[in-house]
Amino acid sequence: MSYKIMEKVELAPNTVMMQVHAPLATRKMQPGQFIIVRVTPNGERIPLSISGWDMNKGTVRIIVQAVGRTSAELINLRVGDSLTDVVGPLGQPSHLDKYGTCVLIGGGYGTGAIIPIAKDLKARGNKVIGIIGARTKELVLMENELRTICDKVEVSTNDGSQGVKGLVTDVLTEILKQEPVHMVTAIGPVPMMKAVSEMTRPLNIKTYVSLNAIMVDGTGMCGSCRVEVGGTTKFACIDGPDFDGHQVNFGELVNRQKMYIPYEKKAMELHLCKEKNL
Amino acid sequence: MSGEISNKDRMQIPIQDMPEQEPAVRVRNFTEVPTGYPEVYALTESKRCLDGCKAPCIKGCPVGIDIPAFIKKIEERDFIGAARSLKKYNLLPAICGRVCPQQDQCELVCVVAKKGASVAIGRLERFAADYERMSGLIEIPEMAPPTGRKIAIVGSGPAGLTGASELARLGHKVTIFEALHRPGGVLVYGIPRFRLPIDVIDTEIEMLKKMGVEIICNAVIGKTLTVDDLFAEGYEAVLIGTGAGLPYFMNIPGENLCGIYSANEFLTRVNLMRADLFPESLTPVFLGKRVAIIGAGDTAMDAARTSARLKPEKVTVYYRRSREEAPCLPREMEHAEQEGVGFKFLTNPVRFIGDDNYFVNGMQCIKMELGEPDASGRRSPKPIPGSEFIEEIDTVVMALGFGVNPIIKETTPGLETNKKGIIIVDPATGKTSREGVYAAGDIITGGATVIKAMGQAKVASKAIHEYILSKSTRVTA
Repeated sequence: MSYKIMEKVELAPNTVMMQVHAPLATRKMQPGQFIIVRVTPNGERIPLSISGWDMNKGTVRIIVQAVGRTSAELINLRVGDSLTDVVGPLGQPSHLDKYGTCVLIGGGYGTGAIIPIAKDLKARGNKVIGIIGARTKELVLMENELRTICDKVEVSTNDGSQGVKGLVTDVLTEILKQEPVHMVTAIGPVPMMKAVSEMTRPLNIKTYVSLNAIMVDGTGMCGSCRVEVGGTTKFACIDGPDFDGHQVNFGELVNRQKMYIPYEKKAMELHLCKEKNL
Repeated sequence: MSGEISNKDRMQIPIQDMPEQEPAVRVRNFTEVPTGYPEVYALTESKRCLDGCKAPCIKGCPVGIDIPAFIKKIEERDFIGAARSLKKYNLLPAICGRVCPQQDQCELVCVVAKKGASVAIGRLERFAADYERMSGLIEIPEMAPPTGRKIAIVGSGPAGLTGASELARLGHKVTIFEALHRPGGVLVYGIPRFRLPIDVIDTEIEMLKKMGVEIICNAVIGKTLTVDDLFAEGYEAVLIGTGAGLPYFMNIPGENLCGIYSANEFLTRVNLMRADLFPESLTPVFLGKRVAIIGAGDTAMDAARTSARLKPEKVTVYYRRSREEAPCLPREMEHAEQEGVGFKFLTNPVRFIGDDNYFVNGMQCIKMELGEPDASGRRSPKPIPGSEFIEEIDTVVMALGFGVNPIIKETTPGLETNKKGIIIVDPATGKTSREGVYAAGDIITGGATVIKAMGQAKVASKAIHEYILSKSTRVTA
């Protein structure tokens, strides 16, 4: 099986969109699920959100930001190159239903993952509002595509270079003032998902977050991705990745995500050395 | 010729020990610990098997190997013949010779054992299988003419590999679906290579491919495709051999601290992902200075001995019962002790303590005492009030046993399971509540041995063959 890269578009510095040929993985794919890839034969298994798929072409779309060794190697691949492994779909689909008004919030490359969810919720007759958050204008991803799906899309940037100056929660505050919201989904950095959940908790608005825990097998075998939700331990790979944001122990998630930082640095240094020597 | 030695003389021959790497050497490598019988040892050991013995060992073997027959071949120096004789009953003798609990099976009932040590059946099995493999004389077994019938096997561990081989030999077109990126299941992600070298498994997998078995990796049945999808794709029967892969935790405070692993995760990182080679291999494993292993089964010993090879200061096994109740193979505990692993029996963790960075740095334990026998027949451990103490540790591996993975159960309507999610089968056939669906291995027991899984896969394969033949001839498209 060859998991060939069929298309690659640079969306922002260090961030690319890729269409990867993985027909088997597309067969039963649903919004909110994820894949696990290995980039090289000595590579680690990393989970990636899906931002779309095409069963006819047999391709899965991923948005990847280089944050570590494996993702750096991945975004360096070119069209025609192949990944070593792609397995999926993994995890449970998002909580797709008819809610009324849904606000979908994407932070950074997390915006890619909200697109299939937005499409599905829209098709179910929901009013769908998208919010994209980024540090600055150049890092606002997938805006045009999201606009074709949602009833309304708002953008926030930390520096005010596009949209509202501030955070996604500032935009959310405004929306909540204007109309009733029945469901919120936030996908992006943990502090953002936590802030969104804190904001909706007192208002009792159902809020889902997608947890990017460290995984190995992704099928419930290892427990690397365990996370406390509602006081009990869940496995993000088989119980999630989407969970009720009001129940998640975000502090633990952040701490567990940092477990291998010294190792990641070491692997990255080696990678940069290799690149330099080329 | 063999008649030249009387049984009385045979009884006089002492058991032949298997040479091993010295403990001080082997804790610095991942190569196999017992190095296997040299020819002369195997010949001597084979003479310990008595002529005209009623061979209770055959009944002691979960797959019913004709043990005296293969040992006699060794005695006759027909080592290849011995391997082929083994393979009539057991397709994976090189694996079973290494990981079977022979002391509870064939060797337990060996007649010779009544007056000393049993015949070393496992070592002889390994010898014959290794001889065949290393001589390059492995032959594709005799195959029935192709039937054109398609059978799907879910999982490529001991049950899946055995089922594939049995069914392929009967002429069926077999496809194995494996969730991980590499076939072998627990033989690859779980059992360390110093106990089961990877080339032993790869040889068996290559043989299956030569027999026409197709192996599709990166396919999680229940996610990528369901069992019903497999039927829709023209597979006429499905054998489920997905094992018991779900790790148990203790549900005690602090268990999610960094530095606390399930044995599955720890072993998978090292065995499958080669974290021992980091950063040449990109998967890391965190290993501190003082490692605590919780539990005393085979997996606990594998985790302890794997830890010992990653150069910590200290590895200690904590077990809530006493040495006598430890469920691991005695030889594995012995190996662990030789490699410097310490044991604290009648000790159970009650909570884990973390540092400011959320890494574990302490484990509060309580002393235990043994009370009345419980359902398992073992004396049940009870905490001794007020006996708590704190151990300074920075890595923990939880080896408390396994549950079964719910993915297939959740996605296969009509598949009956018990409360634990174990698939219910007719033990005589491996047949489940769904027509055409059979199961074998830990998914029907909740956790047993490699050889039991293989025995069940043989039973199920026979039943699948009969089921397929009983169905009206396949409608050709």
